[in-house]
Amino acid sequence: MEAAARYVKDGADLRDTELRLGLPGSEAPEKPAVPSTRGGKRALQEDDDMESRGKSRPLEADSAEAPAAKAQIVGWPPIRSYRRNSFPPRKAEAEAAGLYVKVSMDGAPYLRKIDLKVYKGYKELKEAMENMFDCFTQGEVSRKDGCSSGSESAITYEDKDGDLMLVGDVPWEMFISSCRRLRILKGCEVRVLRTRQYS
Amino acid sequence: MTYFPEEVVEHIVDFLGSHGDRNAVSTVCKAWYQVDRLSRRSVFVGNCYAIRPERVVTRFPEMKSLTVKGKPHFADFNLVPYDWGGFAQPWIEAAARGCPGLEELRLKRMVITDDDLELLSCSFPNFKSLVLVSCEGFSTDGLAEIATYCRGLRELDLQENEVEDHGHQWLSCFPDSCTSLVSLNFACLKGEVNASALERLVARCPNLRSLKLNHSIPVESLNKILARAPHLVDLGTGSFTIDNRSETYHRLINSFFRCKSLRSLSGFWDASPFCLQAVYPICANLTVLNLSYAPAIQSADLTKLVGFCFKLQKLWVLDCIGDKGLVVVASTCKELQELRVFPSDVYGAGITAVTEEGLVAISSGCPKLNSLLYFCYQMTNAALTTVAKNCPHFTRFRLCILEPEKPDPVTNQPLDEGFGAIVRSCKNLRRLSVSGLLTDQVFLYIGMYAERLEMLSIAFAGDSDKGMVYVLNGCKNLRKLEIRDCPFGDAALLKDVAKYETMRSLWMSSCDVTLGGCKSLAAKMPRLNVEIINENDGTSESKENLSDQHKLVLCQQFTSVSNDIMFTSNDPDVCRRVRL
Repeated sequence: MEAAARYVKDGADLRDTELRLGLPGSEAPEKPAVPSTRGGKRALQEDDDMESRGKSRPLEADSAEAPAAKAQIVGWPPIRSYRRNSFPPRKAEAEAAGLYVKVSMDGAPYLRKIDLKVYKGYKELKEAMENMFDCFTQGEVSRKDGCSSGSESAITYEDKDGDLMLVGDVPWEMFISSCRRLRILKGCEVRVLRTRQYS
Repeated sequence: MTYFPEEVVEHIVDFLGSHGDRNAVSTVCKAWYQVDRLSRRSVFVGNCYAIRPERVVTRFPEMKSLTVKGKPHFADFNLVPYDWGGFAQPWIEAAARGCPGLEELRLKRMVITDDDLELLSCSFPNFKSLVLVSCEGFSTDGLAEIATYCRGLRELDLQENEVEDHGHQWLSCFPDSCTSLVSLNFACLKGEVNASALERLVARCPNLRSLKLNHSIPVESLNKILARAPHLVDLGTGSFTIDNRSETYHRLINSFFRCKSLRSLSGFWDASPFCLQAVYPICANLTVLNLSYAPAIQSADLTKLVGFCFKLQKLWVLDCIGDKGLVVVASTCKELQELRVFPSDVYGAGITAVTEEGLVAISSGCPKLNSLLYFCYQMTNAALTTVAKNCPHFTRFRLCILEPEKPDPVTNQPLDEGFGAIVRSCKNLRRLSVSGLLTDQVFLYIGMYAERLEMLSIAFAGDSDKGMVYVLNGCKNLRKLEIRDCPFGDAALLKDVAKYETMRSLWMSSCDVTLGGCKSLAAKMPRLNVEIINENDGTSESKENLSDQHKLVLCQQFTSVSNDIMFTSNDPDVCRRVRL
């Protein structure tokens, strides 16, 4: 199907041809690939026009109003500018407040708090959490799909409904909107979770 | 019929409500054209550049109500440059010269200045009603002119306009002798409004039925206003932040309780959750509820409120109501006809709380649903098929999945089948917006089944020219087609050029159309107005491919419109509109 072909793209072309809002010269941070029609369609037009457009087109600004994980497409989502302009104050307030959740690790004497909005994805979150509890772990913290000689651990979270969930299953944005607290599990509880994950 | 005296034909023709019907009548013969011409009171111009204002005024000298629409729909989403056009001035000037009996003017997406408002206020002694929707270019000074000079004004309705704030005096300009107001809506004004002048105005207008306040009016004022105007049918609250232990809050509950005629509620700027309780007394009477500007109210409170609204016909909410909240709506609001769910995260970062589940619940609980605008995180073919089966009466179906090209998350398939089910089932569908991952197949379905479709909006969809051709070939009643970011090119554009003469307008941006293709179209169809909006800074000259900064706008043209109406400036920094 032709549509599938659009997903296979050269990452550099994507950046050059994505329409973004923001100040010229400000570079957008590396993001997980978001399929972009425009990039796919234009990927075949290897000409000067594209390159010069890439340089002069403003890239996403590092402003409070730009969403963390997605490139902004002009005029999308299709909401009237009047409505869009009605909301900024609230958004700024939310940005300032951050999304702080408690993080606990089994066996650690105290908990920590992190701001989920600061991270762009699961990878960064896991790294940050490892660093935070570094002093309490012996040996490496194992990855989801691997095991080390040290104690096994898994990162879980409590969602809106109070259920304990494994971190990483749902899209990042959905995760940060439903995560209420984080918990690093250790030992045999981890094996239970692993079974659930692969069943 | 030619043997009937004119008065009889006129009497019969008067029963025809729709503009389309009257237009048809006028083409039968010269006699009928004259009858329609002289008896038409309400004139609708769907595109201000399709016809000269003078022509309209000459043809319909007895016109009492004029409606004009300006910018293309996608101007709402910042896709049309600010100074593209859509000026009200020539229309007001022509009407001032030719139709001094004008009583009502309704403008949408047009630019109207304070000078225009001043001219308006002085030119029509019987002027009764001004409705401005999504307009810009004026300030509160212009409103002061209207307030001062329009004796007998019944309606001043400002919906979602960009109005410059030059102070609050405008409201005080309504003279003491003004007692005729029936409808006043200034909800979109950003600045302060003189609350005590408003209270006095409300007190002296016994016929006031619709009042929509802006955020600057405090609850204390609202209390006084409701006390003076208990016959209000339609209320937009001002600021709705109250301490629920306060005297003001208790007075508010009593005020609402006394408003037995209240059927429509909106506003709720800055509403905090417990303030909604003040509204509980009147929920059972409400037919219209707009909570879409109250982001602080979360699902539980929204749900509780809606749970009392048994008679609701029209509901606008934010997606923080959640799927669970929509389930409550479905079980409570059996009379629901129109639902709009807006994203609370307007930057589309994907944090939304409604999915296909909410929509399915609504469709099974609200069989009278005929109009939908739904922003959601995801949609499935199965859900759309179920919705189509439950609600065959849709006339307007607009679905926006926030992430472009997102497939059905369960099957990973495009949403062709789901939308296909909608167009097959909903025989009266007049307006459709599609989203998510879509191939040419969905357009085949639309062309085949959407016989009554008049307006279609497409974004990030389709595989090839075939998609657009299916639509143009199939939809006999298509009037407005707007397309962005789709792989449709010159072949599709030029396949059936005669089709465009049956349509009001076509918009294409960020597609695969070339400048050459547009020129070719303009050459083939001299009666069409084919226009390129060029937002480049003027340095790139003849690039054959339309870049992302080029947009094609096409509309029918009944009379040639001179350049001085269309183009405003020779300044190269200003957006260039190029007619081909």
